[in-house]
Amino acid sequence: MDRAEIDRRIRDIIAPFNKNGVTITDQTTFQGDLEFDSLTVMDFVATIEDEFDIIISMNQQAEIETYGQLVDAVKKLVDSE
Amino acid sequence: MSEGISQPDAPVTREGRAKGDLFAKFDDLIAMREGLLASGVEDPFNLVMEKVLSPTRAICNGRETILLGTYNYMGMTFDEDVIAAGKTALEEFGSGTTGSRVLNGTYQGHKECEDALKEFYGMDHAMVFSTGYQANLGIISTIAGKGDYVVLDIDSHASIYDGCAMGKAEIVPFRHNDIEALEKRLKRIPADAGVLVVLEGVYSMLGDVAPLKEMVRICKENGAMVLVDEAHSMGFIGQNGRGVAEEQGVLDDVDFVIGTFSKSVGTVGGFCVSNHPDFEIMRLVCRPYVFTASLPPSVVATAATSIRKLMHGSNKRAHLWENSKRLHGGLKGLGFELGTEEPQSAIVAVIMPDLTKGAQMWEALLREGLYVNLARPPATPANMTLLRCSLCAEHSDEEVGTILQMFENAGKAVGII
Repeated sequence: MDRAEIDRRIRDIIAPFNKNGVTITDQTTFQGDLEFDSLTVMDFVATIEDEFDIIISMNQQAEIETYGQLVDAVKKLVDSE
Repeated sequence: MSEGISQPDAPVTREGRAKGDLFAKFDDLIAMREGLLASGVEDPFNLVMEKVLSPTRAICNGRETILLGTYNYMGMTFDEDVIAAGKTALEEFGSGTTGSRVLNGTYQGHKECEDALKEFYGMDHAMVFSTGYQANLGIISTIAGKGDYVVLDIDSHASIYDGCAMGKAEIVPFRHNDIEALEKRLKRIPADAGVLVVLEGVYSMLGDVAPLKEMVRICKENGAMVLVDEAHSMGFIGQNGRGVAEEQGVLDDVDFVIGTFSKSVGTVGGFCVSNHPDFEIMRLVCRPYVFTASLPPSVVATAATSIRKLMHGSNKRAHLWENSKRLHGGLKGLGFELGTEEPQSAIVAVIMPDLTKGAQMWEALLREGLYVNLARPPATPANMTLLRCSLCAEHSDEEVGTILQMFENAGKAVGII
C-alpha cells in the first residue's frame, strides 16, 4: 500500500475525531493541535489498528507526535506484514 | 500521542519560580489543588485518623466516623487471633528483618505465610513481596522481556502500568473488559512472540468484574500466558474466596495470580501464586523482590493467620454480599448514579457531576460522620470524579442504614439528588 493511500484512509478515520475542524497537515500534532485526550487517543488508535489490521503498541505511540509521523509509522507496520 | 495528555494549551507558570526549578511541571496540579482548597473544602487527600476504633469506625477531626473507604473487606484488622499472632511474632522475632528475602530477610514466618497462600489458592508456589504494588511491578517487568508483548486492559491499576514501563516488552492496551478487542490484538501479535495478558478480577474504580471466563479461554487459544490481579476479590469472591477466576471457573487456566495483604487480609504486603514448574527462579531474577527489605515478622504472622481464617469465612462473605446489595440498591433508590447497574463486588462507586461537586459531597459526608474515597482523574476511567465506597463484612445492618441516611442528607445539601 503506498503512502498516499494510507494517508487518505487515515484522513477518513480522523474526521469524526477532529471536533474543531483543524486542517490536517503532516505537521499537525495530536496533543497540541487536535487536543486529543487519552480516551480519544485510545479510540482513534483502535480504529486505525482495525482498519489496517496492525498493532500500534504504546511504546510506538509514545514516539508519534504529528500526523505525518503516524502515517509513516502505519506504512512501516503495513509494509512489514 | 504520548502520555502527557493532561497538559493544557497554555501552561500555568507559578510566580517566583526560580529558573530550572524542576517542580514547574507540577504547576497545573498545584493550581488545581489550591483552587479546590480555596473553595473552602477540607483537603480530601490529607485526612488524618486520630484513633481507629474498629475495622468500621475511627475518629477523624475529633468526630466518630463510619469507615466506608478502606478496602478492609473482611474486617480482619482487629481480629483477636490476628493481633495475637502479630504480638507473639513481634516479641519472638523482633520489629524488622533489616534484609532482603534472598539474604537475611527470610524468617520462619515468611515461609509460613507462603505456605498459607499455597493452601488458600491450592497452588504449588507462592512468593511474598513487601507490597502489592511491588508484586505487579516485579512479576510483570521480569517475565515480559524485550520482544515479548504485554496485552492489558486500558483501565489497569498503576502498578500494572508501572510494571510495563519498567520492563522492555511491547505494551498493547485494549478497551476495558472488551473481549473482542482483546482477541483481535492477540491474533495480530507475531506468532513467535511471547505474550502475557494482564487482567484484573475486580476493577477498583467502578467495582466491576472482568469476563474472565471468555477472556482466559481466548488467551489460552492464542498461546498467551495470563496474569490476574485479584487484589479486590480475594477473601470475598468465589466459593473459597480465591477471587473472580475461581467464581468463573477458570482459576486452573490462570498462570499467575497477583494479590495483596492490604485489603481483605488486613495488613500490608503483596504476593504472586502460580503452578508454573519453574516459578521459584523468580526469587533470583525479580528485582523488586530482591532489592528491598522483607516484611517485618509481625506482618507476615498477621497475614498468615488472617489468610488461614479467610479460608473459613463463608458466613462473613455472605454478609458482605448482603451489605453490598443493600448499599447499591439504596443509593440507586435515592437517585445517585452508580458505576455499575448491579452490585458486582464490595465496591460501590458513586459518580459525581464534577470534581468541585465531588469534593463538596465528600466533605458533606465527612461532616455527617462518613468516610469514603474521593477518586479523580487521571486515576479514574473516562475522567470521572467518583466517591468510592468499599464495604466491610463487619458493617452491621444498622450501619448500612445509617450510611444511606448520611448519603441522603449530604446529597440533598450539596444538590446532587
